[in-house]
Amino acid sequence: MDQPVLELVDGTKDFLGTRALDHVSFALRPGEIHALVGENGAGKSTLIKVLTGVYRPDSGELRHRGRPVSFSRPVQAQQAGISTIYQEVNLVPLRSVAGNVFLGREPRRLGLIDWRRTNELAGELLAGYGIDVDVRRPLGTLGVGTQQMVALARAVSTDAGVVIMDEPTSSLEPREVETLFAVVERLHSRGIAILYVSHRMDELYRICDRVTVLRDGKLVHTGALAEVPRIELVSMMLGRSIGEIERHGATTFSDEGHVAGAEPLLRAEGLTSTPKLSDVSVSIRPGEVVGLAGLLGSGRSETARAIVGAFPLQSGTVYLAGKPLRPTVGAAVRSGVAMLAEDRKADGIIGNLSVRENIVLAALPRLSRFGVVSRARQDRIVETFMTRLRIKASSPDQPVAELSGGNQQKVLLARWLATEPQVLLLDEPTRGIDVGAKAEVQALIDELAADGLGVLLISSDMEELVDGSDRVVVLRDGAVVDELSGDAVSADNVLAAIAAPTTGAGT
Amino acid sequence: MTVTEATPRIGRAQLTRWLQDYGVYAAVIVIVLVNIAFTANFLSIGNLRTQLVQAAPVAIVALGMAMVIGTEGVDLSVGSVMALSAALIPLYLGYGALPAIIVALLAGLLAGTFSGFLVARVGIQPIVATLALLVGGRGLALVIAGGQLRDVRDRSFLALGSADLFGIPISVLVAAVLAVIVGLVVSRTTFGRRLVAIGGNRPAAQLAGLPVTKVLIGVYAISGLLAAVAGVLYTSRLGAGDPANAGLLMELSAITAVVVGGTPLSGGRVRILGTLAGALLMQLVAATLIKNNLPNSTAQMVQAAIIVAAVWAARERGRR
Repeated sequence: MDQPVLELVDGTKDFLGTRALDHVSFALRPGEIHALVGENGAGKSTLIKVLTGVYRPDSGELRHRGRPVSFSRPVQAQQAGISTIYQEVNLVPLRSVAGNVFLGREPRRLGLIDWRRTNELAGELLAGYGIDVDVRRPLGTLGVGTQQMVALARAVSTDAGVVIMDEPTSSLEPREVETLFAVVERLHSRGIAILYVSHRMDELYRICDRVTVLRDGKLVHTGALAEVPRIELVSMMLGRSIGEIERHGATTFSDEGHVAGAEPLLRAEGLTSTPKLSDVSVSIRPGEVVGLAGLLGSGRSETARAIVGAFPLQSGTVYLAGKPLRPTVGAAVRSGVAMLAEDRKADGIIGNLSVRENIVLAALPRLSRFGVVSRARQDRIVETFMTRLRIKASSPDQPVAELSGGNQQKVLLARWLATEPQVLLLDEPTRGIDVGAKAEVQALIDELAADGLGVLLISSDMEELVDGSDRVVVLRDGAVVDELSGDAVSADNVLAAIAAPTTGAGT
Repeated sequence: MTVTEATPRIGRAQLTRWLQDYGVYAAVIVIVLVNIAFTANFLSIGNLRTQLVQAAPVAIVALGMAMVIGTEGVDLSVGSVMALSAALIPLYLGYGALPAIIVALLAGLLAGTFSGFLVARVGIQPIVATLALLVGGRGLALVIAGGQLRDVRDRSFLALGSADLFGIPISVLVAAVLAVIVGLVVSRTTFGRRLVAIGGNRPAAQLAGLPVTKVLIGVYAISGLLAAVAGVLYTSRLGAGDPANAGLLMELSAITAVVVGGTPLSGGRVRILGTLAGALLMQLVAATLIKNNLPNSTAQMVQAAIIVAAVWAARERGRR
């Protein structure tokens, strides 16, 4: 076997008491295209950052071409021939294409940048990869796909032996994906090792030789990709071996399904926003919990956001009780459609405000007369929900940032329940909260559905999704690929639907 | 403060926190005591009146500025808005004092709305959007006034700047009433609560369905209105519409008062009482040094030191 070009041996990395990488060994062989997969928090980004010198491992050894190395800065990894292409192109949009390709190492004459030569060289380089653009145009005026190609060309022109690509296709059109793959093939044939991070099964199986699966910071599997069936790969990512999941597992959801009304309360039709969503339709009946399944990047969060008008759509309509809903968050909230956002810190809590202020934020109009907030009504609501959801805070005046994750999540749930919604969209409601709070939140979801609310549940926790949902809609690459209801709602079936190869053209 | 959390660096963390919450009041008390001890006639009614009257316009502008800063914005146009109102008043005094004042206030409201529109709807950074009006507004004011100082002779208008009501100068009363109103708006109304939420975490406010655009435009409109009020008072006190000098560098004085008063530039918090104390503190510092025969340049350096101290306290808190 060839000596690996880049290797991490028994690497561990902690962040503030959380183990992001737990004794992971990883080897990238020369000339291979190696897939790196895992769900949110699996440790992919940490691994990449350790490999590229952004982080130093707390223990373990990084080896480059067999020799132990210690990159103290990313630039050192770059000098060693390790290039990284991020999801979002991190070049200078206002600079010309040529200027970007040679950023920081422009050909010079008498100490000044020799632009003629820069343009010539850049043109030749890009043409070599079949990219035909005017190299004097500002990079920002090109499409995302072309920008990515420029970033790639820049990376490999620095004599890279290793290229790390972090979800390069997530914002590309199918046609751009093809061009990208052609470039990847060319790099491959030149013997450059590529670490390829993506959630798109079809892409992985098409271009990758080997695969490494991470979960919760641990190495789950590494080996030839062709030997791993899709469904097994998905189950390794999600952490369930096939057949392991019981329908009624360790969650606090009740065993009975909910008695759902016949008419849909909310109907989303043909939600489309290329390349993230294509023709997604979901309906939720009163008293029903609808699960939304899919891998990271499959369009789950985007679907929830689009329903409340927080994700711009090219086409598609959301109907609430048969009437079309104006696509703004304000209109959705007023009509009784509320969304608990996935990122609690960034999109949920307002950290320096008190628990009280956070709870009543969305319900202010209902607590006010002529724009003046009624303290009595506000305190009643806050009191009610702090008791009902058992929010632990020293007082309603405590800044919400000082609460634990679970209590913050409860504050956000209280914020939405205070608006007396008809439909509640929950994006990862139990992620990153402690076991006790998790059980309470799950029980609450059950209770709300029993009260007649329509609930959309997004969860990467397969058990929670399968146990909690009456019906599961499966998304892949931004499209609905399956819908399971009744007894068909099982982890096996969800996994199978996620893993099934895409039929027809496009990825 | 109800929070009693135990941090390892208890001494320093608590000190900076206390400084940020109460430092400005402590500083005002200290400087008053120093003056009682060293400055002749400091406690005379005449002197106290002068100090308050001088601090009033800054305080009024700073009230609006505090709201804008609470949304994580800044309004650099306030001085030029004062100039606009100073330019308009002499032109409309012929119709009476009240119509002239109304025209001036409407102009301020309009200017603020325009800034708010640029910030909230067009998405221009607050510092850039209001810089446009800072530069353009004074130019416009000078054009309106024909480039010159115009005397104001209307008695009832002049009374605003010189007369008393219940023994208190009218401008000080106006500042006090406005402070109470702004304080209530910030703490008790949906508008105020939303403003602070938007400043605290804009994406979250948006996803909570708050009318972010409307609130932001409203905040800048109020700032413009309050600047126009200050312009009216300034013009009345001076007895002339002076667009070249009215409100010159007012944006900096107002921002200083707000920051010294403990409102963080990162938004999410508006401190009305602190802002008033901040305006008063800066006025007293300048007055104290001048009365004790130190040059104005020394006063400026002391003021700078206070600003640095305030920002330092705020930074310590931000890192917590």
